[in-house]
Amino acid sequence: MKRLGPYVILVLLLAACFSLATVLQERVSSWSKRGESDNVLKVLFGDGRRLFADQFFVQADVAFHSGYYPSIFDQARAPKDTGHLTAKEGEPAEEEHEKQMNFLGPPRDWIERFGRHFVITEHTHLQGSHESEILPWLKTAAELDPQKIETYTVAAYWLRDLGKVKEAERFLREGLLNNPDSYDILFELGQLYGESSHDPARARRIWDLALRRWSEQEAAGKKPDLLKLGQIADFLAHLEEKEGNLARAIELLELAKKASPSPQALQKQIDELRQKLGARAPAAAPGSR
Amino acid sequence: MNTVLAITSVVIRELYRRKDFYVLFVLTAVITLVLGSVSFFHDTKMVRYGKDIALLLMWISALVIAIATTARQIPAERENRTIFPLLAKPVTRWQVILGKFAGCWLACGLALIVLYLFFGIVSGSREHHWPLLNYCQAMWLQWVMLGMVVAFVLLGSVVFTAPSSNATISFIVVLGILFLGRYLNQVALQQAEPVKTLVYTLYFLIPHLEWYDVRDLIIYDQHLVGWVDCGLATLYGFLYMGVFLLGAWLVFRRKPLNL
Repeated sequence: MKRLGPYVILVLLLAACFSLATVLQERVSSWSKRGESDNVLKVLFGDGRRLFADQFFVQADVAFHSGYYPSIFDQARAPKDTGHLTAKEGEPAEEEHEKQMNFLGPPRDWIERFGRHFVITEHTHLQGSHESEILPWLKTAAELDPQKIETYTVAAYWLRDLGKVKEAERFLREGLLNNPDSYDILFELGQLYGESSHDPARARRIWDLALRRWSEQEAAGKKPDLLKLGQIADFLAHLEEKEGNLARAIELLELAKKASPSPQALQKQIDELRQKLGARAPAAAPGSR
Repeated sequence: MNTVLAITSVVIRELYRRKDFYVLFVLTAVITLVLGSVSFFHDTKMVRYGKDIALLLMWISALVIAIATTARQIPAERENRTIFPLLAKPVTRWQVILGKFAGCWLACGLALIVLYLFFGIVSGSREHHWPLLNYCQAMWLQWVMLGMVVAFVLLGSVVFTAPSSNATISFIVVLGILFLGRYLNQVALQQAEPVKTLVYTLYFLIPHLEWYDVRDLIIYDQHLVGWVDCGLATLYGFLYMGVFLLGAWLVFRRKPLNL
């Protein structure tokens, strides 16, 4: 029998590989539970990627402060919440944050004093179009941990601020798809429709849904955020007031009052609405006869 | 002086003949370009995340080049027995140490020039502004820091037998100083005596490599470091280089060269 040359063997092997690949391709995709829509990070790190998500979120905060940020050794004085990430100059959250970020203190020795010439020691926030610099970190954090809700709300806030309403909506919808029970994302989405898209009817539907989600979580004993309930009820109440549904607005403000740290201001609004409602009732009465 | 320069040129030639730098440079360049081409939320103005990652990769690459190149210099000469004809030239052991140090340090400088040139072109093409003075200052400070690292690794190469153990220990020490050096005084103050005194002494003893890491000033378009501070940091770096080189010579001059 004539011996086959190495090139013929190589070609035959390649042909066999190609033929097998066409047969196996279909089967291999069914072996893995992984969907084709999985992103690179999920394929590479699996569920371990969630460990890095917090780090990327912190990196967004670092970028927001232009590198002036407490280290793990200053963590006791580091900001605990994410309110400052969506707060403007002069707002109470911003003033509180200003105190928190004064973490450096006087230098303890000459090495620390000299070392400060090589680091950023001034507390500033990104301004103008530079605010978009935090978005790549937030987007990556969302890819790594799709269940981290603040990532979507903070990114959407800045996207709206930068005039990228469609991108903000798409990102929030993505967040909602991953977290269908999140009243936070629904609240932010409602704000987007109410303030940026000027679609109050849609905003109301979304905030109603947010309120329902909050109640469901409370009923399930999950201790949802009371402050957020206040915000949702307050925003919804103002929308109802604009629409002329004063009774519903009062009902919602009563709800917001329960959750508010300053209920007196809300009580004042409730009283005003009650007066308006009272004035409307006698005026409507003759017509109804 | 000529002897030192001759040894120096041999070390530099070795760097560009070996593939380490090319591999690291291509990796840095590819990762930077891929990340730079990613569009987040259809916005092309975001550049700082790219600068952040590129500078991190440049720091890692430069450290790998410095430690890996320096760690094998003297052990390789001893293993190949080329140290004997070298010392018979006649070349003193001090000249060998100085030549090896200068070669590795200059090689790191050349690598830094290529890396910063690439970084400057990429970030300038995205940002449309060229803070050349900031880049030069950052590069200079990083080079001084690498000088201390090279001198330290050279000392390690006459103390430890294998280049691998020297490289590993050097990496741990350098990364430890870069991450924790700045905070050792805070750690010390939280300890009870005598740990407090020990940690504080360590804080004053270690070379503060973290000073030379001014990446944040570049990433966030901050001010230049004062030139006086830059000069003092350079002087501090030179002093530590002197300490490590002298230490290396003291160990090397009495060391038997047979394996």
